Amino acid sequence: MSDHEYTPKSKVGKWFNDRLPLLTLANHLTDYPTPKNLNYWWTFGGILTFCLITQIITGIVLGMHYVAHADLAFQSVEHIMRDVNYGWLIRYVHANGASMFFLAVYIHIFRSLYYGSYKSPREVIWIIGMLIYFLMMATAFMGYVLPWGQMSFWGATVITNLFSAIPLVGESITNWLWGGYSVDNPTLTRFFSLHYLFPFLILGLVVLHIWALHVPGNNNPIGIDIKKPSKDTVPFHPYIVIKDAFALLIFLLIFAFFVFFSPNILGHADNYIEANPLVTPAHIVPEWYLLPFYAILRSVPDKLLGVIAMFAAIFVLVILPWLDTSKVRSTVFRPIYKQFYWFLVADVLILGYVGAMPAEGLYLLIARVATAYYFAHFLIILPFLGLKEKTTPLPLSITDPVLGGSADMAMARNNSDFKEKL
Amino acid sequence: MSDSEKKKPNRRDFIVTATTAAGAVGVGAVVWPLVDQMNPDASVKALASTEVDISAVEPGQSITVLWRGKPVFIKRRTQDEIDSARAVDLSELKHPEKDEDRAKNPEWLVMLGVCTHLGCVPLNDKGDYGAWFCPCHGSHYDTSGRIRKGPAPTNMEIPKYEFVNSNTIKIG
Repeated sequence: MSDHEYTPKSKVGKWFNDRLPLLTLANHLTDYPTPKNLNYWWTFGGILTFCLITQIITGIVLGMHYVAHADLAFQSVEHIMRDVNYGWLIRYVHANGASMFFLAVYIHIFRSLYYGSYKSPREVIWIIGMLIYFLMMATAFMGYVLPWGQMSFWGATVITNLFSAIPLVGESITNWLWGGYSVDNPTLTRFFSLHYLFPFLILGLVVLHIWALHVPGNNNPIGIDIKKPSKDTVPFHPYIVIKDAFALLIFLLIFAFFVFFSPNILGHADNYIEANPLVTPAHIVPEWYLLPFYAILRSVPDKLLGVIAMFAAIFVLVILPWLDTSKVRSTVFRPIYKQFYWFLVADVLILGYVGAMPAEGLYLLIARVATAYYFAHFLIILPFLGLKEKTTPLPLSITDPVLGGSADMAMARNNSDFKEKL
Repeated sequence: MSDSEKKKPNRRDFIVTATTAAGAVGVGAVVWPLVDQMNPDASVKALASTEVDISAVEPGQSITVLWRGKPVFIKRRTQDEIDSARAVDLSELKHPEKDEDRAKNPEWLVMLGVCTHLGCVPLNDKGDYGAWFCPCHGSHYDTSGRIRKGPAPTNMEIPKYEFVNSNTIKIG
């Protein structure tokens, strides 16, 4: 993105940069022009990078003490908690870190939905993001199996059995996934191996995600293109770096609260009982971040169709850039979509709630209505609304939002007037 | 190149096709071991049968044994339970199977204690049919282990088994 050519000042720097232009890359990342109206919802990219690195570092350390064997795994986790120096801290950071990672990723995704960051020319960033999200879910699921508690075992059983819904080859596929006729030691060891691998795949995709981001540059809260870089943008360093760092500190406060004051509140007590293949816990629930999809799975009375609906709920997000027909990116200028946006947020929260409740009676009815609405939002409302909706006028540029009416923009206008007077 | 020459395969085309075909076989030969290593191995398959002593099981009682890592229910049914399972009209069933076919010896029902929905273990003496109920997603089974209500697609599976003598069942 940088318009100017970069030459290192020192002779050694120049010699090295001619052979491997790492310094050019560093310079690009430092000077990278960012829209100057980015708000705090844009700080979650940095927070997510932090989360990934934290999970990788704590995970590597846990891997030094954990034993991936059906007879020893549960004991080795207790060993980490009781005997290993600071083992309790590292494991609680890793376990709660997964929840924090998902909290941040959901905010990041819903920010993108609100400000239309998935729209042209940023579709590839969005699709890579969805791949990352999918890998995150797979990684988190396999990680949850490793302590070999009751929820680990039965969660693994239920999720791997999803594949048995596939006609004809379903049973062979589940046996292949298990390496046996049920979830057992071979399943545990392969999950450990893949749980170790996937974060590095995610890391690779994150690099592509950021690379793809740096081609068109950041979207921004009013969703219009940068007209004049000198007026509409600020360099990434120090402006965004400082802002991201401040947001990260606030995020770490919440993270630390969970780790130090309620490290088990997001887990299930049943997982402190060693896995027993003869007894299913009375009430199986996945981790909170998978609940909306679990609710969709259970809301369909047919096994195969339930599994299809669950995967479709994710796939529909992948093709979102082509389902939303509106050319206007930011919801700020889409009065009707704004209401549907908040309906969707409520709908996903409701799905998450009923996903944690037993699948019967009123809960089942609510889950069915919410599932139907979820698909209607993406497949019916978005395509038609984009064609019919009358959007409010867009500002001419990021610096001169003269046509808008919101308080934010009035303030932005005052600020720019103020600067011009100076 | 003229049209007639285009249509006629030459020696280079032959080499390209042959190389591609050999390459595809080679790739397959490398990939298959990497895929197949995940299938049940010899030590898992070796545990494929188990013998169970059932002499202590009273009518109405049920025991659970582990076979291939999965629970197997061995239920000694009472006359009432047998009668209620046999009285059911097949047209009422989601997965029609006669009780006579599921329990060769009507007193003994031997079946995999695995819900056919997503693999949980159903609870005994529970549910709308006084037999098995799966707590995970609410499937109800009757006294023959047949699905009657809920999301499970089929009846609980009957494994291959035989009576070695009147007190011993061999599963697998």
